Amino acid sequence: MGYLFIAYLLIWVFLFGYILRLMQKTNRLLQEVESLKARLAGESEPNPDSLPAQS
Amino acid sequence: MLQRVFAWALFCAMAVALAGVFLYAPRERTMGDVQRIFYFHVSSAWVSFLAFFVVCVGSIGFLATRQPRWDHRAAASAELGVLFCSLVLITGPIWAKSSWDIWWTWDARLTTTLVLWLIYVAYLMLRSLVAEPVKRATLSAVVGIIGFVDVPIVYGAIRWWRTHHPAPVILGGEASGLEPRMRLVFFFCLAAFTLLYFFLLDRRLKLAHAQNELDELYRQAA
Repeated sequence: MGYLFIAYLLIWVFLFGYILRLMQKTNRLLQEVESLKARLAGESEPNPDSLPAQS
Repeated sequence: MLQRVFAWALFCAMAVALAGVFLYAPRERTMGDVQRIFYFHVSSAWVSFLAFFVVCVGSIGFLATRQPRWDHRAAASAELGVLFCSLVLITGPIWAKSSWDIWWTWDARLTTTLVLWLIYVAYLMLRSLVAEPVKRATLSAVVGIIGFVDVPIVYGAIRWWRTHHPAPVILGGEASGLEPRMRLVFFFCLAAFTLLYFFLLDRRLKLAHAQNELDELYRQAA
């Protein structure tokens, strides 16, 4: 019974470990994508401080 | 929404599979309870074969069309194939220790399975070592196709040669077969693991998609 328990325990540890790693990596990448998109959008828009003041 | 339904279906399928393995399937007479490793061990092996088949198809698709989406599918599936093949190589020796009193023997089935695992670990290492995307995809497609040659050898090993590994219980001729309740649980586990494979493939492809989007944004920013 001990071998059976160890086998099934390892299967679940591996599967959950992989799923967790996959989710963490995907979330990190998506956050990076969003921050980069925001940075690129900020660079393409004219800076309001640099516009000439209206009289 | 669809993904959530898929995840819940998978969760239920795995729960039923576990209940089937531990509560419904009868105790095997000669090996006892440790034989219950069989259900997840063989299911993992089946999924690794399926995953490496998808690698082969994706690799051929890439070489034929040069479209990166084929390469992404092959890479995602290779990672899953290695994961499930690792489970086979972990649960197999645990079962062997209990049944044969040895962790490992260099018989045809075990050795070819280890070779299969090493081929696809090399495939993943190759992908991480080559930076240029087209070159990486082309080289890994060649490895992905050649590596698949080992899959029928692993499958046939217990049919062609005398091995320590048990003879096939499914499609193994007249002398093979499973008790009806064991067969039901076995096929249910196969289905549940196949579902798990497609769920993980979907998640892994989302990761590849995010990585591509990020690479594209960095190219724009440069």
